Amino acid sequence: MQSEAVTIAAVSTPLGVGGIGVIRVSGPRAHRLAAEVFRPVGGRTPENCPGYSAVYGRLFDEEGEFDDAVVTVFRAPYSYTGEDVAEISCHGGVYLVQRALRALIRRGVQPAAPGEFTKRAFLNGKLSLTQAEAVMDLISAQGTEAARAALTLRDGALFRSVHGLEERLLALAGHLAAWVDYPDEEIEEVDPAAMASELAAVAREGKRLLATFDAGKILREGVETVIAGSPNVGKSTLMNLLAGCEKSIVTEIPGTTRDVVEEMVRVGDVILRLADTAGLRNTEDPVERTGVTLARRRLDTAGLVLAVFDSSRPLGQEDRELLAAIRGRAAVAVVNKSDLPTLLQREEVEAAAAETVWLSAASGEGVDVLSAAIARVIGQAQLDTTSAMIANERQRDCLCRALSSVEEAAAALGEGQTLDAVDVCVEDAIQHLGDLTGERAGDLVVEQVFSRFCVGK
Amino acid sequence: MEYYQADPYEIAVIGAGHAGVEAALAAARLGLRTILFTISLDAVSNMPCNPSIGGTAKGHLVREIDALGGEMGKAADKTFLQSRMLNRGKGPAVHSLRVQADRMAYHNLMKKTVEQQKNLDLKQAEIIEVRCGEDGRVSAVVTALGAIHPVKAAVIATGTFLRGVVYVGDVSYPSGPDGLHPAVPLSDSLRELGLHLRRFKTGTPARVHRASIDFSQLEEQAGDDPVTPFSFETQEELHNQFLCHIAYTNEATHQVIRDNIHRSPLYGGKIEGVGPRYCPSIEDKVMRFGDKPRHQLFVEPMGLDTEEMYLQGMSSSLPEDVQIAFYRTIKGFEHVKVMRNAYAIEYDSVDPLDLKPTLEFKMVKGLYGAGQFNGTSGYEEAAAQGLVAGVNAALELLGREQVVLERSGSYIGTLIDDLVTKGCSDPYRMMTSRSEYRLLLRQDNADARLTPLGYEIGLISQERYERFLEKQRLKEEEIRRLEATAIPPSQELNQMLVSRETAPVTTGFKLAELLRRPQISYADLAPFDPQRPALRREIAEVVEVEIKYEGYIKKQLSAVEQVRRLEGKPLPEKMDYREINGLRLEAQEKLNRVQPRSIGQASRISGVSPADVSVLLIWLEQRGREEQA
Repeated sequence: MQSEAVTIAAVSTPLGVGGIGVIRVSGPRAHRLAAEVFRPVGGRTPENCPGYSAVYGRLFDEEGEFDDAVVTVFRAPYSYTGEDVAEISCHGGVYLVQRALRALIRRGVQPAAPGEFTKRAFLNGKLSLTQAEAVMDLISAQGTEAARAALTLRDGALFRSVHGLEERLLALAGHLAAWVDYPDEEIEEVDPAAMASELAAVAREGKRLLATFDAGKILREGVETVIAGSPNVGKSTLMNLLAGCEKSIVTEIPGTTRDVVEEMVRVGDVILRLADTAGLRNTEDPVERTGVTLARRRLDTAGLVLAVFDSSRPLGQEDRELLAAIRGRAAVAVVNKSDLPTLLQREEVEAAAAETVWLSAASGEGVDVLSAAIARVIGQAQLDTTSAMIANERQRDCLCRALSSVEEAAAALGEGQTLDAVDVCVEDAIQHLGDLTGERAGDLVVEQVFSRFCVGK
Repeated sequence: MEYYQADPYEIAVIGAGHAGVEAALAAARLGLRTILFTISLDAVSNMPCNPSIGGTAKGHLVREIDALGGEMGKAADKTFLQSRMLNRGKGPAVHSLRVQADRMAYHNLMKKTVEQQKNLDLKQAEIIEVRCGEDGRVSAVVTALGAIHPVKAAVIATGTFLRGVVYVGDVSYPSGPDGLHPAVPLSDSLRELGLHLRRFKTGTPARVHRASIDFSQLEEQAGDDPVTPFSFETQEELHNQFLCHIAYTNEATHQVIRDNIHRSPLYGGKIEGVGPRYCPSIEDKVMRFGDKPRHQLFVEPMGLDTEEMYLQGMSSSLPEDVQIAFYRTIKGFEHVKVMRNAYAIEYDSVDPLDLKPTLEFKMVKGLYGAGQFNGTSGYEEAAAQGLVAGVNAALELLGREQVVLERSGSYIGTLIDDLVTKGCSDPYRMMTSRSEYRLLLRQDNADARLTPLGYEIGLISQERYERFLEKQRLKEEEIRRLEATAIPPSQELNQMLVSRETAPVTTGFKLAELLRRPQISYADLAPFDPQRPALRREIAEVVEVEIKYEGYIKKQLSAVEQVRRLEGKPLPEKMDYREINGLRLEAQEKLNRVQPRSIGQASRISGVSPADVSVLLIWLEQRGREEQA
């Protein structure tokens, strides 16, 4: 039985913990939508392969491919929820998993509500009758949790900002409604040009809010940080120094670090999600090569790069590639082994990096300078802790939908569509914002009409 | 008082206003022996306020009533004086028809229609009591003269008569509208049955003598040509017979009102009833919107056989001397003679949360409510509910499934769903902004939305239904033709396109594609479309709208699909939601009060969260499985 028309998704592994992240997609279009963000290697796709089988391939979004992944396919009713399910396993960590989830959402998947997988499992007969009470309790508890989060939100900057957008849209919708519902009254005509400019302003403000979404994540979950550099420049030593404990195997043999190791550390006021990557070098070893590929990709997507160089060696080809990669980005060049004689071309490094810090990872000398430099670089990325932040993907999704309705309204207006069509889009946007703040948008427009306009027989 | 056993009926309708008349006609037409009670035979289908039918969203309601087989639209077409399609140019979703009607002609026509209806008796009597049997079902209605009529169902449509009190300044007295006798004892009887009654208020402006107005000082307002009829059945050409006028209040008017505001019973706190926000009195407008330099008033005829004129926009409960003083400050009204003063009226209405979506009361089987009694305002809102209440009272007695109109299918459904799900804190007026499906619920397609249902119910004749099917066939055929037919580029075509400020074409284009351009009308394309069939105006209109707005219509249809899933999951009647543990306390209380009919309705109750809806779904499934086991 497929009782729900909507396909939902959520990350079902703890965010940022573990090497693998799993996104579960469930619903009638689960396989189709998974296939829309996943390019399989070989002929089998999530749509054509049988249940209980896995497909290997690459995840992509409009910016291109971004990770290797395995999609495990379950066919209704043989799945946890009893619906068609695709489980996408990609590399762990917040960034990739979130990017994959967002790619799905853009394709029309809806973020799962609290307890929704379990609810569907029960509705589809996958859980026994005795479990019903437990399921209701779970949903109720998670719903309460979500409501509490929303309440906290209500005092927050986000709520005020969203509310501000909502008010502006309501003013538009209210004016349109009064003008339409009371045609014989002396209500100022709705000026399409003024309306277009207001819609554009709302869209701009909405986009700004959307951008703070990632800032919010960063503050709670840390800045995705990559420690990169040629083999054996001392990346792992630096990581251990920052983390305060042994995490990576540190040896003198190049290529010792094969995988990406993650660690959450606090450096000054900033939380970093540190990843010590395999040394960047061309190698024939297949295992190490995977590590290097992964490291290169992470380097492209990280929020902060700590590029490590060995002061006792002149810059090599790999060092120069790294310098090119960090130019213009939030990056700190860490010149390690400052206790040894300097052979490194200092000017070349300083020209490329936003900040350059000299330290000795082995002795710990210069670490305080490093944390100040990190704070400056992150600060330049304009992390404003007081600005509105969006708490989770559901809220982000609501805001995205609201914005797309606003854009639709603007487009309709631009094409010269009649205002009833424009109005429908504006009210859709209000509805989505109401979903975000937990308010009922339904009667707000009618309220607007009577509070702002002198209308009546 | 001595009682006597009077004639039995299957259905009694109490009140012969716009709700009562539709209810009684529908019940009788479905074959039920019906009696319609009125306090005055001279006030059947009376318009005690505005002599007008339709208006924004209200016009939609009239079209829907007609599409289902009701009477209001037909009567309005036969008795109107001036007709206008409002909101032309603002988009097809909000086109609304409004007519000035001849008040006496409308009353006479409706009264005669009722009198000539088979199975229907019309009787002047005040009902003072509704009796219930042991089984909790309506058993009889009792008149003020002691007649006990055994009945199986009753529709309460008391309008503003129930414990009506009229206010003019510091003068107040028990009264129905237009100086008619109020219905007082019935109120207690309904309370005893468990209905939750409360006080609402409304008001009406003065009627003045035509000859006392200097029309040369007023703006003219002409009707439409050609006139669009309300009824899908009206085929003959209709013509306007009257010109309306517009006048304006000024600073002097407002000064008189401000100087005397302490003499208003409302501002003085004498009226406890809640007035409608949508129809503020002139003193409300002046006090609340002090920065507005003037307010409009519309001067409208009460009928062809009278000199009385209605002053729309000027309702008031100020004392008569203040009324005369402020009316005379208006340009053109310097010597105006008031024939009937403005007044406010307070009355008992029921909390509509007592009602099921069938308009039957939850606490009394066979008892229905309709119209202003249910907390609405307006003739059209009343007639719409009357039709639904009458149909459902009849269907239940016939052992047939009752009718609940969907929000997504009609304004009538939206109106009733709002009432029984959200309740109302002041008299409810229909507005286009109340529907989330505006582009689907247009006045041009009311027949496509509802006539099949009217036919199924039995209020649409076979003959009319076939005419309807033929119209749909012509419409669909024309849409298909426009989608399939391409026209070549030509100099003439491009001249037309450019003159409409849209891009010229260099290749052949489908007619439908050109029509989708907002700037291009169906009529614009006629010269380039030699195969075009001759279609009636109303068919061409629907074709044009459906092609032009196809994208938006599809979008709203998909929203309807999503909602329908939850609407299709019924919840049991008389349920105690405190038994469901996972529900939050607020949700339990609201659900217990509303007793929603489906999960869909539950989800629209304010105070019921998405998590509560999930819990209800699980609970429903659990219950289903337990019953199977």
